[in-house]
Amino acid sequence: MAQGEKIETRQRIVLIGGSAGSLAVLLVVLPLLPRDLAAPVILVTHRHSGSDVLLESLLSARASLPVRDIEEKEMPQPGVIYIAPADYHLLFEPDGSFALDSSEKVNYSRPSIDVTFESAARAYGARAIGILLSGANADGAQGLYDMQQHGGTTIVQDPATAEVDYMPRCALQLFSPAHIARPADMAQLISSEVSKMQAPN
Amino acid sequence: MQLELTEEQLDTLIGDVQSLYGYDFGDYARASLHRRIARLMTVDRFVSFAELRYKINSDKDYLARFIDMVSVNVTEMFRDPAFYRALRSQVFPVLATYPLIRIWHAGCASGEEVYSMAIMLKESKLLDRSIIYATDINPTALGVARAGIYPLSQMQKYSENYMAAGGSEEFSGYYTAQYDMAKIDGALSKRIVYSTHNLATDSSFNEFQLIICRNVLIYFNQVLQDRVFRLFDDSLEGLGFIGLGSKESLRFSTVAESYHQINAKEKIWRKGRK
Repeated sequence: MAQGEKIETRQRIVLIGGSAGSLAVLLVVLPLLPRDLAAPVILVTHRHSGSDVLLESLLSARASLPVRDIEEKEMPQPGVIYIAPADYHLLFEPDGSFALDSSEKVNYSRPSIDVTFESAARAYGARAIGILLSGANADGAQGLYDMQQHGGTTIVQDPATAEVDYMPRCALQLFSPAHIARPADMAQLISSEVSKMQAPN
Repeated sequence: MQLELTEEQLDTLIGDVQSLYGYDFGDYARASLHRRIARLMTVDRFVSFAELRYKINSDKDYLARFIDMVSVNVTEMFRDPAFYRALRSQVFPVLATYPLIRIWHAGCASGEEVYSMAIMLKESKLLDRSIIYATDINPTALGVARAGIYPLSQMQKYSENYMAAGGSEEFSGYYTAQYDMAKIDGALSKRIVYSTHNLATDSSFNEFQLIICRNVLIYFNQVLQDRVFRLFDDSLEGLGFIGLGSKESLRFSTVAESYHQINAKEKIWRKGRK
């Protein structure tokens, strides 16, 4: 399949990964995102199964954009925030649609941020923006690096602002991201990076 | 992943496995299949795609390993306890009206959910007149299911799931601990029939009142999902039930019109209009 050509005209996508200490950051960033953001925002966070509803209702109440459940095989829609469900890995099909996978945990995690980021790197290439937040686990660093190697834009939370700085530090040890950002600046940064990418035709 | 696996290489491999062994992965969901095969290359230390391809083509004994690694066998007893609670309260009272209860568990992997079903049927005094057909594409996983021997370390979690699913007995009464393994009570296996069955290519083999197929359809594309839903429809009696995984739905399938969801939250459908 002519995957290389398709990616150029594909929808843009924003992926945010985080673990311990990331909820507080999300509660700062999500309410500040512009209502006309021209990309979907996908959240992959570590939490216990069964806590889906709680996180969703908390974020729904605060975010500027609608928060929706992920349906497998659905195409992510711009201006919508999606939360990766507990107990599944979130992948992207070659056409950019969501896929779910309940296979082995990766980095003791399901969903694993690495798995989603690696898959987004393959499916979205330079059309993806990846952000790695606070966390006590190395998950996400390798995947964010993959996104960068596939031409994607990478953002790591400034470890000095992270409640648990292990996750962002792991990423910074592995490679130099495009941006190191404080939570207060992230919404503006995401918005301007999305605008920089050409709109799909 | 250290080795890049291209879409073209994936197509080549799918073609090889299909033409040599008759297993058709062509309509599997691509992203997950890609991950499974990339993982196989890492775990079995293939240094190149060519080496994996040579192994598949030259060593027919490797096929079982390939199938075992490509299919996802992650499961647990009473996975999603609320699903089992709904089965017990909403489906079992209907099953109880049949003289012989036939259940098909399609894609049962290593069998943990099959034993969960057997335990619930026993507690509802239905096991003796039930037959559970437990099938999977993967003979290796079916071997584990048949043996009914699982890591003892899992039993704490399974016991919690069992209670959350509405279990009221001592869960430890359903297995015997030996060293670090737990052997499931043989009495539970008496009404279970294990067999390989490939949802991508095999046909219907009986009529059932309940079909369970959980976290299998997420690995199939729309074409194969539709094939499987039609297969299930052909294999289900009027007024029968289908139970799916927590992120799966019958809603978008071609048979959707003939079914209604019996519980707003749990993924259980019943044949026939509401």
